[in-house]
Amino acid sequence: MKVELKDISKRFGNVHANDRVSLTVEAGTIHGLLGENGAGKSTLVKVLSGFISRDSGAVLLDGKSVEIKTPADAIARKIGMLHQDPLDFPPLSVLDNFIVGKTGTGLIDRQRSLRQLQQLSTHFNFNLNHYETVANLTVGERQQLEILRLLSLGVSTLILDEPTTGISASQKTALFKAMKQLASEGKSIIFVSHKLEDVEELCDRVTVLRHGKVRGRAEIPCPDAVLIDLMFGRELAPPLKPQTRQSEPALQLEKIRVDTDRLTLRLGDLTAYKGEVIGLAGLEGSGQQQLLLMCAGLLRASTGQIRVNGVEMTHESYSKYLDRGIGYLPADRLKDGLVSGLSIQDHVALRTPSRSLFVDWKETLKQTVQAIATFNIRGKPNTLVERLSGGNQQRTQLALLPVPLNLLLMEHPTRGLDIESVLWVWQQLIARCQTGTTILFMSSDLDEIMRYSDRVIVFSGGQASHPIAVSDLTADRLGQMIGGRLSDTLEPSVIS
Amino acid sequence: MDIAQITPILATAIATSTPLVFACLGETIAERAGVINLSAEGTILLGAMTSFAIAKTLEGSGTVPSLLAGFAGAAVVGAAIALIVALGTLTLKQSQVAIGFVLALLGASLSSFLGNSFVRIPGPTVPSFKIPGLQNLPLLGNLLFQSDLLVYLSYAAIALVWVYFYRTRAGLMLRAIGEQPNAAFARGTNVVKMRYIYTLIGGAMMGIAGAAFSLDFKAGWSHMHTAGYGWIALAIVIFGGWNPLRVALSCYLFGILQSLASVAQSSIPAIPSQVFNVAPFMLMILLLVLTSSEWVERVLKLLPSPLDRTASELIRSAPPAALGKVFEQD
Repeated sequence: MKVELKDISKRFGNVHANDRVSLTVEAGTIHGLLGENGAGKSTLVKVLSGFISRDSGAVLLDGKSVEIKTPADAIARKIGMLHQDPLDFPPLSVLDNFIVGKTGTGLIDRQRSLRQLQQLSTHFNFNLNHYETVANLTVGERQQLEILRLLSLGVSTLILDEPTTGISASQKTALFKAMKQLASEGKSIIFVSHKLEDVEELCDRVTVLRHGKVRGRAEIPCPDAVLIDLMFGRELAPPLKPQTRQSEPALQLEKIRVDTDRLTLRLGDLTAYKGEVIGLAGLEGSGQQQLLLMCAGLLRASTGQIRVNGVEMTHESYSKYLDRGIGYLPADRLKDGLVSGLSIQDHVALRTPSRSLFVDWKETLKQTVQAIATFNIRGKPNTLVERLSGGNQQRTQLALLPVPLNLLLMEHPTRGLDIESVLWVWQQLIARCQTGTTILFMSSDLDEIMRYSDRVIVFSGGQASHPIAVSDLTADRLGQMIGGRLSDTLEPSVIS
Repeated sequence: MDIAQITPILATAIATSTPLVFACLGETIAERAGVINLSAEGTILLGAMTSFAIAKTLEGSGTVPSLLAGFAGAAVVGAAIALIVALGTLTLKQSQVAIGFVLALLGASLSSFLGNSFVRIPGPTVPSFKIPGLQNLPLLGNLLFQSDLLVYLSYAAIALVWVYFYRTRAGLMLRAIGEQPNAAFARGTNVVKMRYIYTLIGGAMMGIAGAAFSLDFKAGWSHMHTAGYGWIALAIVIFGGWNPLRVALSCYLFGILQSLASVAQSSIPAIPSQVFNVAPFMLMILLLVLTSSEWVERVLKLLPSPLDRTASELIRSAPPAALGKVFEQD
C-alpha cells in the first residue's frame, strides 16, 4: 500500500512539532524517518497511526484521502505501529497478548491462535515461549511479539518508532532481516530512528526532519556527511560568547572509563578551566550524557579520577558533589529536575538549607519574589511548576542553582524554548561564567554549541575527540566527526 | 464434633456468604477494568433498603413478582450509584477514592433516612428450594444444594464471571483495560466506554447483594442493616487476588470462619466474645501476609516447574496495574 502524508502540521502549545511535513512511502519499500530527538518524527507517525489528531494536512492511502482519528481507524486501514516503549500487557502471557484486540468469536480459540502465532514465529525465525509472562521477556522479544501480532491483523503498513533502542545486537539482526522480508512481500515500512547506521543499513529511502520541518530526502546509499548536514544544518552559526576562560583548572579528568548497559565511554585526560564553556556534540546516545552524569556524581566511573578545583572527588557521594557547588540540569525538567505538584515557593523552601523544624515562609516568599524578578519567571510564587511554560521551568531551575556554582552540567539547556528564552538563558549562563563557573553542556542543536562554547568535544559511539576550539571548527570537520571519524580521540590507546 | 455436626454449620456458612459473593464479584469486575468502586458500603445498604421497600409495597401482588421487583430495584440503585462513580472518575477524571468514599457515607445515611418507615416490619423473603437429585449427593448435597434459588444463582454467577474473564475475547480485553489502558486503546478499544459498562455492571451486582441481605439472609430492614459488609467486600476482593474463583472462595472462607467463631464462642464462654468477633479478620490478614510473603515464593521455587507455575498463578495477587488511575489518551 502506498502511503502519503501531505502537509501535516501539528502544534503543541508554542512548539510546532510538525510544520507542513510531507512523506511518501511506496509499497514494498522501507522508508527511513531520520532526525534528532525532538525533531517531530514521533508526532508524524502518531498522526498516521491515529494517536494524535493533526491540525491540518491530509493522509492518502493508495491515492485515496482517508480519515484516521483513533488507533482503531488505523488498524481498520491496515496500518500498525510498533511503539518506542512496548505497548503491551506485562502480566499476561505471550499468547494472551497476541490475542488481545483480535476480532473473532466471543469465546477464545486458544489452540487456533497458538497455531497462528507458531506459524508466524517460524516464518520470521523468532523464538518465543508462548506461555511465558510478557513481564519476563526482553524488550526485543516484546517487539517481536508485537510485530507478529500486527502482522496477524493483516497490516500492510508497519511503522517502527526507534525500534533499535534497548535491544541486543542479535535481536537487531533478526529484526532487520524480518523487515527486509516484509518489504519484499510488498508491505510498506516506516522506520523512525535517530541512528544513522541503522537507517543506512536498512532503508531504501530516507526523509530527514529537523525542528519539525522536512530538511531533505535521499536515496540510500548516501554519504554520512550529506545526512548529517540534513540532520544538523549546513551553516554553522558564528561564535557569540565573550572570553570568560581563566587560567586556573576547574575540572580535571584522568583516564576515565564509564560502563553502562548501553555503552562504554572512554575518555583520556581532560581539563576544563574556570569560566570555560565546553559543548558536547554528537548523535544522541554517543556518551555525552554519561560524561555529564559522571561529573555530577550520579554515575560512577569504572576507572579513572575526577578532581574539581584540585579536590579529589572520584569516590565521593552525590551530596559531596552538591556541597562543592556542582549543579546538574537534566533534560527532562519535570521528571528529573523539578517536583510536579509543588509551587515555585515550595522549591525555594526545599533548596534553602535550614536547621529549623519549621519553614520560614515569610523569608521564603521574599526570596521567591526576588528570584522571580531576577530570573524574569512568568509565574507567581504559588504557581505549580507543571503549569509553567518550558522556558519558565528552565528559568526556575536556573534560579534554584546553588551559589557559588563551580561546575554546571546541562543536558539540552534550551530544548523546546522560544528564541527569547534561549537568548535570556545563555545571557544568565555567561554571567555565571564571568564569576568563574565552568559549564559542560550537551545539545543536539549545533548552532547552540557553536555560539556558546569555548571548546567542543565530539562524541561517537562512546569515544570522545580532543577538545577543539570553536574557531578551528568547520561544518565539514564537525560532520565527519559526528559520523564517527574522530581523527584523534581522547582515549590514549584506542582499543578496537 | 463429628461430620454430622459440622456439615450443617458449613452449609449455613456457605449459604449466608451469598450476598458477599455477589458484592465481591461486582467489585472484582469493576476493579479488573481499573475502577475502584469504594461506595460498596453505601450501595449495599441502599440496595437492601430499596429492595425491601419495593417488595414490601408490592407484597399484595404475590411473593414472586414482589421479590423480582425488589431485586431489580436494588440492581438499578446499585448501577445508579456506580454511574455517579463513573461520571466523576471517567468523564470528570476526579479521584476514585474521594468520590467512592463520599458515596459510601452518603448511601449509608440515605438508606437510614429513606427507609425509616420500613424499619422492623415483616416482609416477603426468598423461599427455600432444594434441588431435586443434587440435594441427595453425599456431603456436597447437604453442603451446597439445600438452600434457595439465590444461592444457586450465585454459583452460576461465579462460573460465569470466571469463564468471561479467562475464556472470552471480551473478558481478556476487560483484564487488558485494567492493566495497560493505553495499550488496550492502541488495539482499538474504547477504554472509557468499556469502563463505564463494567462499573455499572459491578454496581448492579452490589445492589443485588444488598437485596440478598434484606430479602433473604438477613430478612427485613433496620437502620444500618448490613453495616460493615461493604468494607469487608472491598477487603475480600484484595484477599482474593482479583480472581473471581479465589474471591468467591475467600467469601466462603470468611463465612466459615465467622460461623466457627460463633460456635467456639458458645463452647468456650471464658474468652470474651469480642475476641471471636474479630478472629475471622485477624485470620484473613494473617493468611494474606503468609501467602504474599517472600518465603512462600522461595518454597514455590523448590517445586517442579509446571507445578510451580500453577501454584504461583493461584497465589499471586498483584492488583491490576491501572487500578484507580485516570486514563489520559495522549
